[in-house]
Amino acid sequence: MTPTLPPPDDKTSDASMSRRNFLRGAAAFGGLTALAASLAPLRQLEDFSSSEEFLQKYYKELTPDDMTKVISRIEREVQKEYGIRPHVRDLKPMDGVEFVYCLNLTRCIGCRKCVHACVNENNQSRNPEIQYIRVLKMPHGSMDVEKGDHTYEAKSVPEKGFFYMPVQCQQCQNPPCVKVCPVNATWQEKDGITVIDYDWCIGCRYCEAACPYWARRFNFTKPEIPKERLNPNMAYLGNRPRKQGVMEKCHFCIQRTRAGKYPACLEVCPVGARKFGNILDPESEVSYIMREKRVFIQLKEEMGTSPRFFYYFDK
Amino acid sequence: MITAARNYMIFIRRCTRIAFVGDWRYYAWMGLLTVISLLGLNAYAKQLVHGLIVTGMSDEVSWGVYIANFTFLVGVAAAAVMMVIPVYIYDNEELHDLVIFGELLAVAAIIMCLAFVTVDLGRPDRFWHLIPGIGQLNFPRSMLSWDVIVLNGYLLLNVHICGYLLYCRYQNKKPGKWFYIPFVFTAIIWAVSIHTVTAFLYVGLGGRPFWNASIVGPRFLASAFTAGPAIIILALQIIRHYTHYRITDKALLTLRSIVQVSMIINVFLLVCEVFKEFYSGTTHGVSARYLFVGLHGHHALVPWIWTAITLNLVAMVILVLPVSRSLRWLDVACVLSIVGIWIEKGMGLVIPGFIPTPLGAIVEYVPSLNETLVCLGIWAFGLLCYTIFLRMSVPILQGRIAKSNEGQPEIQGDEPETAPVADPLPH
Repeated sequence: MTPTLPPPDDKTSDASMSRRNFLRGAAAFGGLTALAASLAPLRQLEDFSSSEEFLQKYYKELTPDDMTKVISRIEREVQKEYGIRPHVRDLKPMDGVEFVYCLNLTRCIGCRKCVHACVNENNQSRNPEIQYIRVLKMPHGSMDVEKGDHTYEAKSVPEKGFFYMPVQCQQCQNPPCVKVCPVNATWQEKDGITVIDYDWCIGCRYCEAACPYWARRFNFTKPEIPKERLNPNMAYLGNRPRKQGVMEKCHFCIQRTRAGKYPACLEVCPVGARKFGNILDPESEVSYIMREKRVFIQLKEEMGTSPRFFYYFDK
Repeated sequence: MITAARNYMIFIRRCTRIAFVGDWRYYAWMGLLTVISLLGLNAYAKQLVHGLIVTGMSDEVSWGVYIANFTFLVGVAAAAVMMVIPVYIYDNEELHDLVIFGELLAVAAIIMCLAFVTVDLGRPDRFWHLIPGIGQLNFPRSMLSWDVIVLNGYLLLNVHICGYLLYCRYQNKKPGKWFYIPFVFTAIIWAVSIHTVTAFLYVGLGGRPFWNASIVGPRFLASAFTAGPAIIILALQIIRHYTHYRITDKALLTLRSIVQVSMIINVFLLVCEVFKEFYSGTTHGVSARYLFVGLHGHHALVPWIWTAITLNLVAMVILVLPVSRSLRWLDVACVLSIVGIWIEKGMGLVIPGFIPTPLGAIVEYVPSLNETLVCLGIWAFGLLCYTIFLRMSVPILQGRIAKSNEGQPEIQGDEPETAPVADPLPH
């Protein structure tokens, strides 16, 4: 046994001893009170992370049974928060499919309809507003993004002397974001889509720093989506609502494209500038474009990221 | 075995006790640090509730002063080794007993580093995803996973070396070479690695030309080996002033020559970098242009970087001149280098890497009040740790807390070293 009290000090009288003890007690009490006071804001911390979510395994280690439970938890949580029972699926990549996006810069008029269709489809936070697509207004004759205008506001588009370049996740074949993630929370799937497990991301934002296309977005606070705007057709790796403190980005509308539909940005485009499909299918539109059109641009090709997102011109 | 455990418990108890006693100056200092730490904790609690939106960070500038301070402190931690090398490789006697103060500084700095990384996380509750075995550490592909390993490893190494040496001194036993010399040499290499790995964290990002330069690694080391020993020079003088622990001027001057050479190399590398960025005139130099002269009317960092450069140059001149053999001038040079390098490594390296964004947008960054309070809190907590470490280790090194005086009246910690140990009294 160790002695619990220090040996008495020969120089201290009983009176000063008790005074010292009193002061020590007061200091300890004051310290604990100050500690409690400084932690007081934590009382507002509501369901930051349920124990079920906290202990949830990594996506690739979830058995089908685990996945069913996870999905029912997510559906429960969404219903509780938004009053709508969503339909959450864990859609897997299809065999023999590799998605590619082609964007016709001759046609794009810079109307930003894709930007908003994307927000509606993918349940992005409306406040603060998170957008996956950024449209750059570029002067003719340059592909240098430094010359692009991000915040153009024109009465009507297109404006003379400019072309418009929408940029979103380029679904790289060598994605720098995947390489840098310290916990494998983001990875490339068989069909070429780089996904994020929102329940695994620790929010270090290293991927955001690594992305040469500024395609990733962080939930700096709890996302806000009006109940009536929630899209209930959801995928685990896709558009289910995100939590505070995790990354998100374009996933080629996984909840649509893995179910045989086109991405929302493509469907809304009024000029048909956006083309999407399976590059492994020689009959697909994207295969035709890659074969027949003459000018392709992989944005920042020199990065070696090898995007699956191609820009082309008609003439 | 039980006796050994019991002895160790007594050692721990006596160390803990001494951390809580002292004169009014000690209480005032510790009280101040505690208050600032709690203010920081309070700010962090707010951040946990509302998210990182309470910081000045954005999707455009997604790392800020947290990572900047982290980067600076990794350097401070690494620099402790600059005292170890002279002692163990060149058998420098002057520094021999002082090594432990450097290593304790490293421990405190790593604690601060880990705190800065933690407060930067959006989901700190998921930290366990980083633990190999139960989590998914992306090793060796992610440089951040390397950083997790080297930082924690460095912490353990230094805790072991300091703890072992102090406990041996307490028992008045000669340290067993095999129990620490291999660790010391591992720590030397490890120290270089923690800073190199942290540099590679930035260097490895092809999409950020400002960081994607091989000079970043060497510059990190040069600036670390300037700021780290500079902090140690100041710390040693404070220890000497308040504890009567004998520290010779010669030891301080040995450290001066380290700071001197490192600062010259640091400034040289800065010149190399500035030349490359500006003379070639490529679009890759755009972040550097933002940093040094401003870009399209945005120049938030310009005053910072020129302050840093001025401080570094003045410090270098003082360090090179013989005048810095006088401690007063040496101290001035040390303070200037520490502040200069803190700015250069923090605001000057981390922030401009994000400006402009890879898509060419310019969004500036200013730390918020809440963010600043968190930073101050962590600094105060780190200083609190370092003060406690020194409070425990100095009397042990002086032999005033030793196994031989167990059971005797405890020191109050503020007596001069020469005070005779009181006669044993009946319990």
